[in-house]
Amino acid sequence: MLTIGNKTFNSRLLLGTGKYPSFDVQKETVRVSESEILTFAVRRMNIFEPSQPNFLEQLDLSNYTLLPNTAGAKTAEEAVRIAKLAKASGLCDMVKVEIIGCDRSLLPDPIETLRATEMLLDEGFIVLPYTSDDVVLARRLCEMGVHAIMPGASPIGSGRGILNPLNLSFIIEQSNVPVIIDAGIGSPKDAAYAMELGADGVLLNTAVSEAGDPVKMACAMKLAIEAGRLGYEAGRMPERDYAVASSPMEGLVTN
Amino acid sequence: MKRTIELNGNRYEMPAEVGNVEELLSHLELAERIVIVELNRDILAKDAYDKPINDRDQIEIIHFVGGG
Repeated sequence: MLTIGNKTFNSRLLLGTGKYPSFDVQKETVRVSESEILTFAVRRMNIFEPSQPNFLEQLDLSNYTLLPNTAGAKTAEEAVRIAKLAKASGLCDMVKVEIIGCDRSLLPDPIETLRATEMLLDEGFIVLPYTSDDVVLARRLCEMGVHAIMPGASPIGSGRGILNPLNLSFIIEQSNVPVIIDAGIGSPKDAAYAMELGADGVLLNTAVSEAGDPVKMACAMKLAIEAGRLGYEAGRMPERDYAVASSPMEGLVTN
Repeated sequence: MKRTIELNGNRYEMPAEVGNVEELLSHLELAERIVIVELNRDILAKDAYDKPINDRDQIEIIHFVGGG
């Protein structure tokens, strides 16, 4: 079970809703993923084409917790504005703080993220900041009272997987709130690895939406996250430098 | 009286029959949609949609789209 704020979830896979080939594929992907938390972006509506279908409006919202992001914000103030807009829908009180500090790498701005987090906590939001894998920043965010912390594995949409497992394991070890590995997951092995490191969940989007078969990949990610979590709970064997035979050395039938 | 507002960043001539935000949403066929409205940079609560729209008001109609 994953607990964020006052809500509890069976699934440890948080799914992004961007860039799917079609709404039909997306609906099936969401269903198969068994995700209970879906991220969305907040945007100005194209009011002159109101008939455009909207994915969120096609969901049974009683089955999902919405996690709006503040993507597009470059400052804490912009992020707070977006978060308040999302909350005004009456559909959510959680927010993923996402403040990009570098247009090319899309890496988060740590200072604005910290400021926005403080402001949003003061406003009573359930706050999940997307951060870099900086260990001290993560600790400072935890001390501030965030409800989960979401360090990136590698740049958004890069699919490069976990670049700094040591930092992520330090963040996981020191955190007193759930750690969700967000961004950069490319394949099921990355998701399983994140969970084996002790993460509480994984947030991904492009790894599924850009897969050859998004529905099948959603299933693979779900299984990888379950497998990784089970492996973590089971406790892996120690690593050694040299071989240790699995078969007994007594009673050998050779000379 | 002619009213020109800024609607989602564009100049918009208010139709004569539209007086308030609720009527504007109906006119734009958005009444049944999940939207959030900002009036002059302040979020407008749903129970304040009867607020009249004045000349040169700034209105933003916001919604949720796919994102990660």
